[in-house]
Amino acid sequence: MNLLEILSYGFIQRALLAGTLIALLCSVLGVFLVLRRLSLIGDGLAHVTFGSTAIALALKMYSAMSLLVSMPIVLLASIGILKLTEKGRLSGDAAIGLVSALGISAGIILASVGGGYNVDLLSYLFGNILSIRSEEVVIAALLCVGVLLLVTFYYHELFAISFSDELAKVSGVRTSYINAILVLLTALSVVLAMKLVGIMLISSLLIVPAAAALQLARGFKVCIILAALQGCSSVVIGIIISIMSNLPASATIVMVNLLFFTVSCVIRRIIHPKNSN
Amino acid sequence: MSDKIVTTELLSCSYREGRVLEDISFQVERGDYVGIVGPNGSGKSTLVKALLGLVTISKGSASLFGTPLPHFRDWYKVGYLPQSLHLVNPVFPATVHETVGLGLLSLKRFPKRLNRADNDKINTILDELGILDLEHKLIGELSGGQLQRVLLARAIVNDPELLVLDEPTAALDPETRGRFYAMIASINRSRGVTVLLVTHDSGAIGEHASKMLYLDKKILFYGSFDQFCCSHEMSSLFGEHSQHLMCHRH
Repeated sequence: MNLLEILSYGFIQRALLAGTLIALLCSVLGVFLVLRRLSLIGDGLAHVTFGSTAIALALKMYSAMSLLVSMPIVLLASIGILKLTEKGRLSGDAAIGLVSALGISAGIILASVGGGYNVDLLSYLFGNILSIRSEEVVIAALLCVGVLLLVTFYYHELFAISFSDELAKVSGVRTSYINAILVLLTALSVVLAMKLVGIMLISSLLIVPAAAALQLARGFKVCIILAALQGCSSVVIGIIISIMSNLPASATIVMVNLLFFTVSCVIRRIIHPKNSN
Repeated sequence: MSDKIVTTELLSCSYREGRVLEDISFQVERGDYVGIVGPNGSGKSTLVKALLGLVTISKGSASLFGTPLPHFRDWYKVGYLPQSLHLVNPVFPATVHETVGLGLLSLKRFPKRLNRADNDKINTILDELGILDLEHKLIGELSGGQLQRVLLARAIVNDPELLVLDEPTAALDPETRGRFYAMIASINRSRGVTVLLVTHDSGAIGEHASKMLYLDKKILFYGSFDQFCCSHEMSSLFGEHSQHLMCHRH
């Protein structure tokens, strides 16, 4: 099968379009999360997504309909992480671990009560981008536009809290409000991304493009643009390689992402040998 | 225009370990350069953080520019420079220009955008502090002294009326430290900016500060440096010899 033939299939076009949109969201938000040391929030929320998907499947709500169950639950979980950090005397990683444990254990119990792990639930665990439907592409596009608009409007506030919460507060930035926006946008992106790479690999979409961009970027805006470019390219290249080589798409996308990260580290070593350690 | 820039009344702060500040009452007038000194753990940093709303006040009250702190919204009047080593993530990808630009956010309304005039303002302040050549460098590539100047530029780019500095020279060598204090004194005089500066270095700050606040959970002394040097309380606290050494440079 040649490349043109591959691109002519509707399901591949949908996968490429939705995948690129989701990767764009995740990589842009990932820069703020990595710099705020909230990298693992993607993992935590993904585990909650697993629990919420188990609820949706138990209610016989599939594909786009399952988002109606997952989104509110994951949004609530993200607020829970914030509140535990702010008021529960817990560090961010402990709060993420707590909510993550709740999500995954609820998912396991519900899956067990509902007759074990069926194909639908497993597809959410490992991702199935090639089965994405037109309505899911539309949802991804709408959310992508919404999230990118919010990031554009709040760019300087997000930049400020990533640099220093203290300084942002003294500059009049409402840090709790901006933190809530960041975490809620992440929750929406995680729910969308579960179909792309699956719950097990979602955090790689958030972390790896940002980590690679941090190796090369000279400037905050440049870092976001580099991360977005890498995230989108990894999805396109990963999907094409997976189809041509008959490999699982989710893991191939993540491996391409990791390859980009390695190349970025090598380039940094060549360009800035003194700052590479 | 209020001449009382900072007012506290019986302000107390507590952490889980116990009370850190007790019944702190003092006033800072417009144009003052106040050096806040005291031993380790005396509550110096907690005091300035409480004044900026970064730490919860457990009892008493504080006002900025005559407005009680919970209602204070004019953050564009305030510049803040914390201990830089604690602050900066060495891999943070921001350039010096971008970092200084963050200081202008308090002047902006939603959606906050920097325009050409703002960029000119950033370049002017970098030029004034002698670091315009660092404009495109990443903050992780700077030396301690350079980073300190960049963060000072960020703190004063919005032309604040009050500048709060929390041990800004902790990472600097004595010579750079002296130059830094002199630079703050020049900002205080030429721009009429009121300064609150936390430091361990009571001798060096005495050369420049118009007032000294000696703190050890409570205020032990608040007045001019001359009064500080003649104070019987300070003499009994440090011993006359130490007091003489501390005041010798003045």
